[in-house]
Amino acid sequence: MALKQLSVFLENREGRLEDLFQVFGENSIQIHSFSLAESSEYGILRLIVSNPEKAKDALKAVDFSASLTDVVAVRLPGGFDSLKSVTDAVTSNYNIEYMYVLSTEPGQQAIVFKIKDVAEVEKSLEEKGFELIN
Amino acid sequence: MEIWNEAKECMSRDEMTALQSARLRKTVSNVYHNVKFYRRKMQEMGIEPGDIRGIEDIEKLPFTTKDDLRDNYPFGLFAVPKTEIVRIHASSGTTGKPTVVGYTRKDIDTWCECVARSLTMAGLGKDDIIQVAYGYGLFTGGLGAHYGVEHLGATVVPMSTGSTKKLINMMIDFEVTGLMCTPSYLMHIAEVMEEMGVLDQIKLKATINGAEPWTEAMRNQIEEKLHVKAFDIYGLSELMGPGVANDCAFHKGMHIYEDYFYPEIIDPNTKEHLEDNVTGELILTNLNKEGMPLLRYRTRDLTSITHETCECGRTNARLSRFKGRSDDMLIIRGVNVFPSQIETALLSLDETTPNYQIIVDREGALDTLMVKVEVDEKFFSDEIRELEKLEKKISYAIQQMIGLATKVKLVEPKSIERSVGKAKRVIDNRKFD
Ligand SMILES: [Zn+2]
Repeated sequence: MALKQLSVFLENREGRLEDLFQVFGENSIQIHSFSLAESSEYGILRLIVSNPEKAKDALKAVDFSASLTDVVAVRLPGGFDSLKSVTDAVTSNYNIEYMYVLSTEPGQQAIVFKIKDVAEVEKSLEEKGFELIN
Repeated sequence: MEIWNEAKECMSRDEMTALQSARLRKTVSNVYHNVKFYRRKMQEMGIEPGDIRGIEDIEKLPFTTKDDLRDNYPFGLFAVPKTEIVRIHASSGTTGKPTVVGYTRKDIDTWCECVARSLTMAGLGKDDIIQVAYGYGLFTGGLGAHYGVEHLGATVVPMSTGSTKKLINMMIDFEVTGLMCTPSYLMHIAEVMEEMGVLDQIKLKATINGAEPWTEAMRNQIEEKLHVKAFDIYGLSELMGPGVANDCAFHKGMHIYEDYFYPEIIDPNTKEHLEDNVTGELILTNLNKEGMPLLRYRTRDLTSITHETCECGRTNARLSRFKGRSDDMLIIRGVNVFPSQIETALLSLDETTPNYQIIVDREGALDTLMVKVEVDEKFFSDEIRELEKLEKKISYAIQQMIGLATKVKLVEPKSIERSVGKAKRVIDNRKFD
């Protein structure tokens, strides 16, 4: 079971982030993690939130362009020093499109990444003993 | 396939030219002697009725614009005494005064003749039952269509605009075979029919739609959903009303009733005549009208013309599907650009919605063109790379269409400024002075 990431299109316009956080507040959506990708004209905010479906609908209701993307979230057994073991386990077949941190809590460190064929990658990670987060 | 008036609709070019020439001479003499506005204009230009020997001299005559109609409100352009006028129509002016048109009894007969030609083109005849769902009143749509149906000898059901369910129920009960209304209202009717689950109960053969621009895609959608043939009718109240031109079963442009309306296509900037099949502004002259004949009326509608004989046998020239309004035309780096071209380019890509805005600016001596396109969730990607690819694709499609390099900027949904629900399509920041 892949994790659903909420992706939001943001123009580089004043006040749009505030609008977005206000929608989250009004709908009791908690943010677990996020990363922002940007070009000179616009950005894409990628978020892991408590209720992605509800968050998407709430954003759409106020004219944000938002979508849900399947991503892989995996626990790092040996902290960030063990990142290489994850990338080794998945990159033999595919490229990781992007990656960011989900948790920095000691002993609970985890990352999120986007890759082609999420189901297959998740299967191979599980076979190699990694813990997935859904 | 029936033709209502074969003598006029299939006339040889020589005969048509002779008829148009005779009618133009008569019209010019009429307005010169009876309409102060035209007499003054012609005198200013140094022309007398005798200078117009035939249709080829039409270029010597002055243009008429919508503003001229407003300036002569209400009856200043009438060419007959008020006692000869049997009907008046008016269009509500969104800016300023309304424009008024007057008809003599003969003008009403002419109008009936034109609408009968259109109905026959759509395959309708005296055995048909036709609903007219244009508004009845000052607007020319309702009454114009109505009397045309009666003249054809078919049965008219004067619905006007109102309850769509009532219209559909009557359509089923009366076994209605023809429908005249705007294309957008027809789309609405089709949706309501679908909701009511009665699509299989209608006997409709043909719909005749006009009074607003529509596309081939809409025609296909209507024909598929309703199992009808949908026809395009053109008209404008200044010249008469619906029934200036109509497309035949071959759908290769609208036949214009040339014995009543003389069409010219000009470059809206230079005002020079354009060749067949080249897009420009349509200019129309009333050739046989008594009440209020107009010379070289600038319709602002953009189209092209062909004089080739149609597969249906008619020789009346054909106007291509309208491409927009010349009021909207932009000149960017010397190239004529119409917002509708950009819309067409966007529609040709599956990924885009036609929510766009054109921004023209000038950097130094160079005009720049930017098109903002609203990002739709359908094609929104969570990767910058994909969005950049999309921008390039849109930019390429627009460049193919208008021949100018275009910068595309993706923006958030509904961020393009709208006034009363309609997006403002063009922002021209250049200063011309
Ligand atoms: Zn034809």
